[in-house]
Amino acid sequence: MTSLDTGTRTARTPGRPGGVPPARSGPRPFGLIRHSVALARRSLVKTMRNPEQLIDVTLQPVIFVLVFVYLLGGAISGSTQDYLQFLLPAIMVQTVIFAGMATGVNLNTDIKKGVFDRFRSLPIGRSAPLIGSVLGDVIRYVVSIASLFVFGYILGFRVQTNPLAALAACLLAIVFAFCLSWAFVLVGMMMKEPGGVQGVGFLVLFPLTFGTSMIAPAETLPDWLQAWVRVNPVGQLMDASRGLMLGGPVASHVVVALAWSAGLLVVFAPLAVRAYRRRT
Amino acid sequence: MSYAFEAEGLVKRFGTTTALAGIDLAARRGQVLGVLGPNGAGKTTAVRILATLLRPDGGRAAVAGMDVVRQAADVRRVIGLTGQYASVDEDLTGEENLVLIGELLDLRRREAKARAAELLRDFGLSEAGRRPAATYSGGMRRRLDLAAGLVGRPQIIYLDEPTTGLDPVKRDDMWNIVRRLVADGTTVLLTTQYLEEADALADEISVVDHGKVIAHGTPADLKHVVGGQTIIVRPSDPARLGEVTAILAELAGREPESPGRGVVTVPVEGDAVFTELVRRLDRAGIGVTELSLRLPSLDEVFFTLTGRTTTESDEEVAA
Repeated sequence: MTSLDTGTRTARTPGRPGGVPPARSGPRPFGLIRHSVALARRSLVKTMRNPEQLIDVTLQPVIFVLVFVYLLGGAISGSTQDYLQFLLPAIMVQTVIFAGMATGVNLNTDIKKGVFDRFRSLPIGRSAPLIGSVLGDVIRYVVSIASLFVFGYILGFRVQTNPLAALAACLLAIVFAFCLSWAFVLVGMMMKEPGGVQGVGFLVLFPLTFGTSMIAPAETLPDWLQAWVRVNPVGQLMDASRGLMLGGPVASHVVVALAWSAGLLVVFAPLAVRAYRRRT
Repeated sequence: MSYAFEAEGLVKRFGTTTALAGIDLAARRGQVLGVLGPNGAGKTTAVRILATLLRPDGGRAAVAGMDVVRQAADVRRVIGLTGQYASVDEDLTGEENLVLIGELLDLRRREAKARAAELLRDFGLSEAGRRPAATYSGGMRRRLDLAAGLVGRPQIIYLDEPTTGLDPVKRDDMWNIVRRLVADGTTVLLTTQYLEEADALADEISVVDHGKVIAHGTPADLKHVVGGQTIIVRPSDPARLGEVTAILAELAGREPESPGRGVVTVPVEGDAVFTELVRRLDRAGIGVTELSLRLPSLDEVFFTLTGRTTTESDEEVAA
């Protein structure tokens, strides 16, 4: 190694000779938070600019509600109106969780397009781009929940408890989806193609969301499926959501859902960051 | 000697493919190192290692005296990366892209905006700065890519094939931008597939093939090795081709070739021959529709250095 080359240097601007102070104003505190927020804003701007990206999360819950309520509602609950009350709090959970899958798909696209290489060549925390993407996608959750509730209200869904409890149900679902989305980030890091991320995502999400009491009361399911429903965290989340919106016991469901959220975050966030570091 | 960056014996494998087989690259401060090679030679892999995006499997590399593996975070503070693989976000406007990078470089939002405006102006993108990058032409896109690499006023800039796919006018624009950077003291690592580009910009050139440097020297050294330049003459009157051939044979001291109808070419060493040729043609009253002096193509360089054409090395996988 020859002499070091870290000495101070004059600023260089194309077309402007030296004398300009360096653009970099030195280290500022809370770098990871600031960088993550700046990158989250980027995700938001992207979503706003391509609103068609929100079509899936907006239309999918509406279609599910229509299909289930009018095809199965009469058979399961005796009336479509009763069934709508039963279904909607659970569909809300499913919607939010599906919206979280997009985080992994978008990250994979970013990597393929080379945008992430730019970020990785900058002196920012390794996890900042991931945190930014996950945070920025909260907009998807909000939009999908809003469209579901507007549609549900038109069809006749009414919250039986109070708006605060309903809001708590939504927040709980968002927290869970946020934590679970780290698993999709991990998948997004490991797959070659965005389409592959989606494929794996559906494979995981179908048993998680449909293997619950979402469509029909758990008592009507076969024993082995009931066993799965009992351990499935998404089922707990749906029960919590029903309790918060329609009344009934919620405490244990909420605790279990939050515990799962914490567990998913603790396991998948570090794994995702590690996979991101390794990905070339 | 003070190297801005220095790589020794870098090795990188992807599965069974060896992308880098012990490559050495170095540039002194304020100089331009041209890395010349065909697709798949390992140019981009070497850049990615020097930019801390990839870890080498063997060898070592230092940028501004800092190890690219152990001091990666410090290295990232002094480099700017532009190229095929470090892209801007197409959904954001040019300005938003630059402001975002400024903020990630710890500029305050106001400073980041000022810096973005300055760069957009310098690169002739002030108008386009408010449009999403997806709407940019190829040349504008490259300029924005380059501007993105310059937000933090890096000491060292990696330009990975900055002109591939650009038309000659846009290419000249890019060359001028690179020259201005160098004039300001920036060290540049430039990868390219064109000897002409390396000759126009680089202080020294490393020719790479199969992940190794197969030749290194100044552009003049390299041209000497590969046989200097080639004169191409197309007389306006095809009937006078014989006379032109005779003049060329005498000046170059070797037999010219005729690669196409009405054209003769001959390799020459030294620029003086060209001037003399013009004089002789004038004296003989021979008009020409084409008269040019060109550098050997990468193919010819490779053929001279390796006895192979570049297409034979194309099966190597670019990282």
